[in-house]
Amino acid sequence: MATATDAAVDTADHGHDDHGTSTGISNTKLAMWGFLGSECLLFGGLISTYLLYKTRRGPGPENTVIPTDVFDIPFTSVSSFVLLMSSLTMVLALSAITRGDHPATRAWLLTTAMLGGIFIGGQVYEFTSFIREGVGYTHNPASSAFYTLTGFHGVHVSLGIVMLMSLFVASKQGKLRQEHSETVEIVGLYWHFVDVVWIFIFTVIYLIPVD
Amino acid sequence: MAVTEDPLALTTGDAAIVERPLGVLTRPQGGNGWRDWLSTVDHKKIGIMYGVAAMFFFIVGGIEALLIRVQLAAPNGSVLSADIYNQVFTMHGVTMIFLFIMPLAAAFANYLIPLQIGARDVAFPRLNALSFWVWIGGAIFLNSSWIVGGGGADCGWFCYSPNSGLAFSPSHGVDFYAIGLLITGIASLVSSANLIVTVLNMRAPGMTLFRMPVLTWMLLVTQFLLLFALPVITVALFLLLFDRLFGAQFFNPEMGADPLLWQHLFWIFGHPEVYIIILPSFGIISEIIPTFSRKPIFGYSFMVFSGIAIGFMGWGVWAHHMFVSGIGPLSVWAFSMSTMFIAVPTGVKILNWLATMWGGKLRFTTAMLFAVGTVAMFTIGGLSGVTHALAPADTQQTDTYYIIAHFHYVIFGGGVLGLMGGMYFWWPKVFGHMLNETWGKLHFWTMLIGFNLTFGPMHILGLQGMSRRIDTYSPGFGFEFWNLVASIGSFVIALSVIFFFFNVWKSRRDAPNLPAPGPDPWDARSLEWMIPSPTPEHNFDEIPVIESDDEWWHRKYGYDENHNVVRVATVEEVAQDGSATGVHLPAPSFWPLVLAAGLPLIGYGLIFNLWLCVLGGLLTGLGMYAWALEPVDDPDADHDHGHDDHHDDDDDDTEGAEAEMADVSAGDEEA
Repeated sequence: MATATDAAVDTADHGHDDHGTSTGISNTKLAMWGFLGSECLLFGGLISTYLLYKTRRGPGPENTVIPTDVFDIPFTSVSSFVLLMSSLTMVLALSAITRGDHPATRAWLLTTAMLGGIFIGGQVYEFTSFIREGVGYTHNPASSAFYTLTGFHGVHVSLGIVMLMSLFVASKQGKLRQEHSETVEIVGLYWHFVDVVWIFIFTVIYLIPVD
Repeated sequence: MAVTEDPLALTTGDAAIVERPLGVLTRPQGGNGWRDWLSTVDHKKIGIMYGVAAMFFFIVGGIEALLIRVQLAAPNGSVLSADIYNQVFTMHGVTMIFLFIMPLAAAFANYLIPLQIGARDVAFPRLNALSFWVWIGGAIFLNSSWIVGGGGADCGWFCYSPNSGLAFSPSHGVDFYAIGLLITGIASLVSSANLIVTVLNMRAPGMTLFRMPVLTWMLLVTQFLLLFALPVITVALFLLLFDRLFGAQFFNPEMGADPLLWQHLFWIFGHPEVYIIILPSFGIISEIIPTFSRKPIFGYSFMVFSGIAIGFMGWGVWAHHMFVSGIGPLSVWAFSMSTMFIAVPTGVKILNWLATMWGGKLRFTTAMLFAVGTVAMFTIGGLSGVTHALAPADTQQTDTYYIIAHFHYVIFGGGVLGLMGGMYFWWPKVFGHMLNETWGKLHFWTMLIGFNLTFGPMHILGLQGMSRRIDTYSPGFGFEFWNLVASIGSFVIALSVIFFFFNVWKSRRDAPNLPAPGPDPWDARSLEWMIPSPTPEHNFDEIPVIESDDEWWHRKYGYDENHNVVRVATVEEVAQDGSATGVHLPAPSFWPLVLAAGLPLIGYGLIFNLWLCVLGGLLTGLGMYAWALEPVDDPDADHDHGHDDHHDDDDDDTEGAEAEMADVSAGDEEA
């Protein structure tokens, strides 16, 4: 067998090189797209559950407060804005690593993670203040659906922060080189997806009025 | 990671550096007994492990089925109490669907997809190992509820709320059901993303999508269905679990919740699940029937497109499971129509199989008998399915044995028979020897007769009004005779399964005295038959360049000037001999197993003691990061790097980082 073919076969074997795949998209990126497609259905199910239950109050007097009675739209708008801005810094991180500018890559990765962290902090504050105002997780279907939907989203953001910080540490150790920019791009895909999902969740919970 | 320099004599006599990621586990080198199986990332070994485990759970689920039939053989059965009976029929369904048919299909998918598209492995070999270990962990977890959970789940495999709530199902069985299915769901999700990428990205040069074998196509559609259906049941199971563990109010009608939510979420998953079960079998018989008819598949593109159409339409029929739940006349009408429509692509497939056989030179091997049996039995199941599409008839049939009869004709008759045929067809490719044909035919006929004896009478019982899920019945309703026949039939099926296992044992014992099957014992059509049997570790010596569909057939046969098919080459001339050198295979790894071991611990922790969750979480996190830091390719393994000098440490880092990515995304679901 000719050496050239051999090398080509070898590349296909590893499958981590985008020039060796049938579609031209690298395996990891394609897998991430598939995974995000699956995630759409996960959030679809949770959003449907919330839509079904958003006005369902429990029977007892202590169970009747639902999240839309007590939410603070300006506060959540600010934390939503912070989260959306983190998509911008994510893009800047990718742009930095494609240029080979590693200090900037690290700075933007850290900024993205911190903006995500601020959003999570806001969510923790929101949850605690809701509970103080009498919206317990177990009080009624509306509150269970609210906490589950936003909680799942929060877990996704948190995992994204873990990924960003892993990239940050890898970069610090010099392991995240310019030619690995696709790794940053793929983490970015996940991060943008989580942001886009929040746009839907924010609209459904906070912006569409409850009749 | 700590790297110790420790000279170790390999078989080649070279000194090697033993790498110890995180100082715990030595990088496995492969080729040493059980450790090789625990750390393998070879799609073929993983496929075999899926198959073995699936057959084990087939026996478990089969014993549960026999208990049901013993209980119902005569009126006033007293073998099982009502409570145990509920657990047994629930676990029978859950085991057969999630722990037998799906993993058996996964066995075929893992083993055959790379071979049929001309690849050396799947796209993510270590994720593939992860899928298997996570699945087996979930399977063991699910069944451990018999021992530590106070009995199995007792809510039916669909586990309708509020029946599945703490009030009506106070034992831990339903918790085990929910967490167990979440864990096996993670396995299937990872596996589906992996196999989709494999099919789309790893095809040999010239293997366009429309040159892929129908089996690969059907498995691809199945993986897409899994990818999109699993998150829906994941939501449902999480809601159920939160209700039971944390007191959420998703399914409690007293608090204003709507139990129908469960039914919708469950069946939005559950109906695509039916096609997840049946499409692999459709794919398998689409390989067997052309081979033994000596004709190409009739209407290849119709076969592929009808499979895709089933995949799409399967999402629009779920509420036909809910016609009597009060969803309203408009919904009933719409889902009734869509259910009738989905029979069309299925009918196309059946007609195409018949047309493939029409005028062919038929050879009735065991595999072919199973394939024909599948077509016949599935047609019966499909026809009774159309009777459910008519809402008024369905109202009469709902929750009777008629439904049981229908879905066993579909799942057993359509699914299991096809998978059994696949076993006989690919056995020589996997194990290097044929299964005995005489015992195989005995297996087929006893299974076919037993199957019809068991499930045929259930049509009559159902129309007579016998409801499902009752633990016994009184004499005098006319149920006695057909129940006895069904119970006798179930033991005939058990006998046929014993014949199968005996055949496996006998064929292996006799194999040394029989001629080796060679690469292509059936004169078949697709790529896996151009390589030696059993498949060498590296699959293809040289990746073939594909010029047509049924590539392997066209390498053996051509046309003369009168357009008659003539043999142009013997198998020996065109098959590969398995003697590749310098093939670079992904190195084995223990980390998928470590990562997977954490998940059942988290599950037990949620039920019994949250500290176990911490332990499981740590194990999973350790597995994830150790995996990410471990290079895909073992730099010290002894393969020929001659052509591969560009492949330096940089590359390893890339793959490490990317693998980490994949890990983190795979890990999302469990958090």
